[in-house]
Amino acid sequence: MKIHIKNGRLVDPKNGIDIIGDLCIATGKIVSVNSIPAGFQDCRVIDATGLIVCPGLVDLSARLREPGLEYKATLESELQAAAAGGVTSLACPPDTDPPLDEPGLVEMLKHRTKSLDQVNVYPVGALTQKLKGERLTEMAELRDAGCVAFSHADAPLANLHVLMQAMQYASTFGFSVWLRPQEVSLANNGVAHDGEIATRLGLPPIPVCAETIALSNIIYLARETAVKVHLCRISSAEGVSLVRAAKQQGLPITCDVSINHVHLSEMDIDFFDTNCHLIPPLRSLHDRDALSKGLIDGTIDAICSDHAPVDEDAKLLPFGQAGVGATGLELLLSLTFKWATSMNIPLIEALNTVTLAPARILGIDAGHLTLGAPADICIFDPEEYWYVSASTIKSQGKNTPFLGRELPGRVKFTLTDGNIVYES
Amino acid sequence: MNRNPQLNKHGELQHLLTTEGLPVSILLHILDTAESFAGVTEREVKKIPLLRGKSVFNLFFESSTRTRTTFEIAAKRLSADVINLNIAASAQSKGETLLDTVNNLSAMHADMFVVRHVQSGAAHMIASHVRPEIHVINAGDGRHAHPTQALLDMFTIRRYKKDFHNLRVAIVGDILHSRVARSQIHALTTLGVPEVRVIAPKTLLPSKVERLGVHVYHEMAQGLKDIDVLIMLRLQNERMLGASLPSTEEYFKYYGLTQEKLLLAKQDAIVMHPGPMNRGVEIDSAVADGKQSVILPQVTFGIAVRMAVMSILAGN
Repeated sequence: MKIHIKNGRLVDPKNGIDIIGDLCIATGKIVSVNSIPAGFQDCRVIDATGLIVCPGLVDLSARLREPGLEYKATLESELQAAAAGGVTSLACPPDTDPPLDEPGLVEMLKHRTKSLDQVNVYPVGALTQKLKGERLTEMAELRDAGCVAFSHADAPLANLHVLMQAMQYASTFGFSVWLRPQEVSLANNGVAHDGEIATRLGLPPIPVCAETIALSNIIYLARETAVKVHLCRISSAEGVSLVRAAKQQGLPITCDVSINHVHLSEMDIDFFDTNCHLIPPLRSLHDRDALSKGLIDGTIDAICSDHAPVDEDAKLLPFGQAGVGATGLELLLSLTFKWATSMNIPLIEALNTVTLAPARILGIDAGHLTLGAPADICIFDPEEYWYVSASTIKSQGKNTPFLGRELPGRVKFTLTDGNIVYES
Repeated sequence: MNRNPQLNKHGELQHLLTTEGLPVSILLHILDTAESFAGVTEREVKKIPLLRGKSVFNLFFESSTRTRTTFEIAAKRLSADVINLNIAASAQSKGETLLDTVNNLSAMHADMFVVRHVQSGAAHMIASHVRPEIHVINAGDGRHAHPTQALLDMFTIRRYKKDFHNLRVAIVGDILHSRVARSQIHALTTLGVPEVRVIAPKTLLPSKVERLGVHVYHEMAQGLKDIDVLIMLRLQNERMLGASLPSTEEYFKYYGLTQEKLLLAKQDAIVMHPGPMNRGVEIDSAVADGKQSVILPQVTFGIAVRMAVMSILAGN
């Protein structure tokens, strides 16, 4: 199908474009930027006057809950949610049930997501079998089946020898290892940041050093093994400093943060709001501000949704027992846009953190509006606000700390490979 | 931010979940009401009809003897029907969720739930999901709050010391894991006690505890100086397993209250303990049974204070 997007504000971080103009698409590719090819007709015309036209979002962490956790969400529901959120590519972590530790599982997931034909799904394989932290997975086979990287999700990997071997093995093949830094013995079954709020509410705490000590271990092991490391969900000011120093030493390290942590702090837990039971925990205001600074100076490369749909019953429990995580695919764009506006960050820079930067971490050709590139595109209205509620969210998970809030930036169209996969 | 979830739209007490954020007027109203009930215990006929026809459900998801018993006595003295449920041993072990249990009991026309649960925030969770005519009293949730214990402690302090505004109060022991300590701290600071101290080794103090408005001490010698009220906290044996402390012996030597250490406080200082006591661990028998101890009166006042809380809630 040919599509002519007319008169939109084209914002493309890769090519440094921020202009009002047209964009044309044919056979799934971008065939012109800011011009109309001669004889381009018989096409669908999208009037993008007043709208922003940017690369489709690339989300580094979206749990689709299949296989095994369909009571929380299904591929159908979550890929629709992705499309509604302007997300055209996403990486899904291996913590399904069973975990993504066998090529057959990955092939099935790839096949199922392809047949749904909504957005591009990039599985991240398990680093160890059953995510138990003991034996390595068949990483090369998993790569051949479609895994783009290897991670341990939020499962503990206590044995540093196993971690080092896994990094070395991955390094052999040039694979990336994605790790969320948390020293399990220090996290010690905690559920909230070790600070004023956990003290007030009597919630078992997770100290910042649970993150920084794990980060130090990972950084030293990265140096030792020369593996490409991507650090997931950094949460603290001290963590940001460690990553900054490691990058200054030239280590091949990238880093992301969850959009929740860019906006929220421990204060938002208020009176035990279980929607704020997240991993890593929401930390102090000081930490939150440091995460923003880290994004601005490039220490943190990307923002992800850390999408984790949870069934309603699991959130109707006392805070410490409540299901962990928040739905996020449909909030990522709005919250990134809100962050940019409130921090006075140029839109092109903010969008980079959810398009080009994560695409580069994934090693995929996406996140830009270059001539000839796959037509993965998000078109949104920066002026329109929407109300976050169980009925406006398409994801099966209705759990988010932002329930009941109005957010700016409404997605109007999402295109994946030139097909309109969402239209509001 | 939410409004205080334990007050109704007129600013009256709807549930008692924590002492934090309660206005002084409500705290004093509870203490004054308790004062009027304190006499009932001594009267020939011990029942008054304020809660006649009402059902009070004691929902204890965590075992307790004394707190449950005093709630039961208090409710019965107010002429309520009392139903005791030891849920640790029943529904929850069959997989029923906390809210399912509560909804089922609500359907049996409960008027009041007295809830104890091992998880911080459990009482808040229940209070935010019950029908508006049902009142919830938190009888202890995790490490978070135990407001009726704190209120009976305030009642005891007022009985013996008359005025809150010239007191120095020290809370000694495992502040980190103590819901009692948290509730006491909020009640004391709200009632205008000018100096609240906590005394404990660093492993038993939560981070940023000073933000609760307390002064932090690690040694009894300094911490007990000029103190009017000493509150000793129970030390759980699990603390040794969790590497918080080396031994009960060392704890007793440095933080246990003996006659000798009590001399560091003011001559007329009173000694309190929320119970149950570990004699020879946090408190020496000579002190627990000594003339400065008000530990048994605390238990007695507990009934009047719980009667006060129930009658006020039932009236709102």
